[in-house]
Amino acid sequence: MSASIATNQTILVVGGGISGMTAALEAAECGKQVILAEKLPTLGGRTALLYRYFPKMCHPVCGLEINLRRLKGNRNVRVLTMAEVSAISGTRGDYTATLKIAPRYVNEKCTGCGDCGKAVTAEIPNPFNYGLDKMKAAYLPHGMAYPQRYVLDPSIVGTPDGEAAKAACKVGAIDLGMQEETIELKVGAVVWATGWKPYDAAKIQPYGYDRFANVITSVEFERMCDPHGPTGGKILRPSDGKEAKNVAFIQCAGSRDENHLRHCSRICCMASLKQTQYVREAWGDEGKSTIYYIDIRAIDRFEDFYQMVQRDSTVSFIKSKVAKIVQDEKTGDVVLHGVDTEGYKRYATPHDLAVLAVGMEPSIKGVSLPADIVLDSSGFIETAGDGMFSAGCATNALDVNRAVQNATAASLRAIQVINKTASMEKA
Amino acid sequence: MSEQATARYTNDFLREVEKNVEEGHWVKMCMQCGVCAGSCPLGSAWAHPPQEIFMMIRAGKREEVLTSDSMWMCTSCYNCMVRCPRQLPITHIMHGLANYAHRLGLSPKGQPTQATATLFWNNLIKKGRVNELTFSLALYFKDGFVQGIKNALNMQAVGFGLMKAKRLNPMEILGGHAVKDQAGLKAMIAKAREIEDRKKGFAK
Repeated sequence: MSASIATNQTILVVGGGISGMTAALEAAECGKQVILAEKLPTLGGRTALLYRYFPKMCHPVCGLEINLRRLKGNRNVRVLTMAEVSAISGTRGDYTATLKIAPRYVNEKCTGCGDCGKAVTAEIPNPFNYGLDKMKAAYLPHGMAYPQRYVLDPSIVGTPDGEAAKAACKVGAIDLGMQEETIELKVGAVVWATGWKPYDAAKIQPYGYDRFANVITSVEFERMCDPHGPTGGKILRPSDGKEAKNVAFIQCAGSRDENHLRHCSRICCMASLKQTQYVREAWGDEGKSTIYYIDIRAIDRFEDFYQMVQRDSTVSFIKSKVAKIVQDEKTGDVVLHGVDTEGYKRYATPHDLAVLAVGMEPSIKGVSLPADIVLDSSGFIETAGDGMFSAGCATNALDVNRAVQNATAASLRAIQVINKTASMEKA
Repeated sequence: MSEQATARYTNDFLREVEKNVEEGHWVKMCMQCGVCAGSCPLGSAWAHPPQEIFMMIRAGKREEVLTSDSMWMCTSCYNCMVRCPRQLPITHIMHGLANYAHRLGLSPKGQPTQATATLFWNNLIKKGRVNELTFSLALYFKDGFVQGIKNALNMQAVGFGLMKAKRLNPMEILGGHAVKDQAGLKAMIAKAREIEDRKKGFAK
């Protein structure tokens, strides 16, 4: 790639989820040159993996579609997928970013026909369904993938499967000789939109996520309810495929806990309230959702949604942080143990499935970052230096709506840096 | 407004606990999640689990808390403390409350943990070493002479076993071993008592 595409008046946006896309588009639509770098083969981030949004219960496809249209219609944004920032040096208005670009083994000739996927036999765990199912090693990440271009998993390169994929491609899009590239870019400002990851539920030892098949996380449940998900939208127990009609939701699984994540992840209460409506939708009055909570944090206008769920006869609320989960070996039921704060009654209640409303952990936790970046005690970016800004869930635990607002603000700050750099160069 | 209605909303007892009970200043930090209660291996034996005790303190139920046998049920397994999302030193608070109730003379009479602890303490401060023999005998006979004989007979095999393994010396009955500087020990205990009295509001 020629370095001329980037100058010290270019904005680098790191991360192509909803926040990164927003920050990039807002700046590009103001006439700024933007490079949007995404580590995965597709944009869309975790938003693309949601089935529905709260509180309107609409599909994320809609909002992503709009952003992708904006992106396709704008010549100022250049998208780099499978690109990871490995170093940034310099100062405001004069940064040098080093990016490592992993080989996709599929070039721009790809039409997304899927012949390579059919030809390949090897399967890999599907990260876009949180490993709940497997996908072919030549794959399109998901229906909303951008670019709509296949990817070959490195594990099949150099195997007969790789050759089969190459042979199946009618347009000659498969290039098994692709190598990792390292590029350097001059940029004036950087927006860190590195997003979040679900907290590792196995660390909450008494809940047995690593031991019991019928204890799953909220992000896994979200995929399960999606018609494009691993079960085709059916709510089934992983242990035996039985229809899960009696579902327990456990709030603060990791969040608000000094032993795990010390912050409130903000989205989980609303996410569980939303997911009770998936249960209702699937099973009608036969479905039963129970939310175990410390306190429900449905902030400002979400109170209406909370009240709507409270009126739902299939949903009950138990004020208690569950102390432990045990799976009944015979029935496969998960039994939740604890003490109810309203009355201090001890309970041991069986459910078909337990969904842990896992907290948001910043993706950059444990990653080495430029010295200018200061993290708070939870690992979110507090300040990022003079010409660098954080956007969305890199800043704090935010829902999509607030992440977009936050990203727009970050974009505006980056634009200011570029404008100042430009006016200084003119002078 | 009636006097009772206003009295209900004072937090005098919480203040008293914060001031006089060891680690008592943590009580206000409890967010009532219930993990301590649910994690307690002896939870079902408690009249009031820790989270309820904390709420009762905040609700000003002084009499009910201090006369309760709940905090005496704590075996110091530390499960609650390890798991508390706010890292409250729950085990220590329980011990602090038990001690405070005991010093006020409000703790339930004859509660076995309390009785044993008292015997142990009284035995220990005599010579600075626990006299296993007199301590065991005192424990056996705490519920009367007949029960004492029964207890001793029941424990006979254990006693001989301990003697054989040289863990129990029958000559201890004559007074037993002691620390070297007994006067120093007495002075130290007296000083500690003075400090504790000051901290817990018992200083005269």
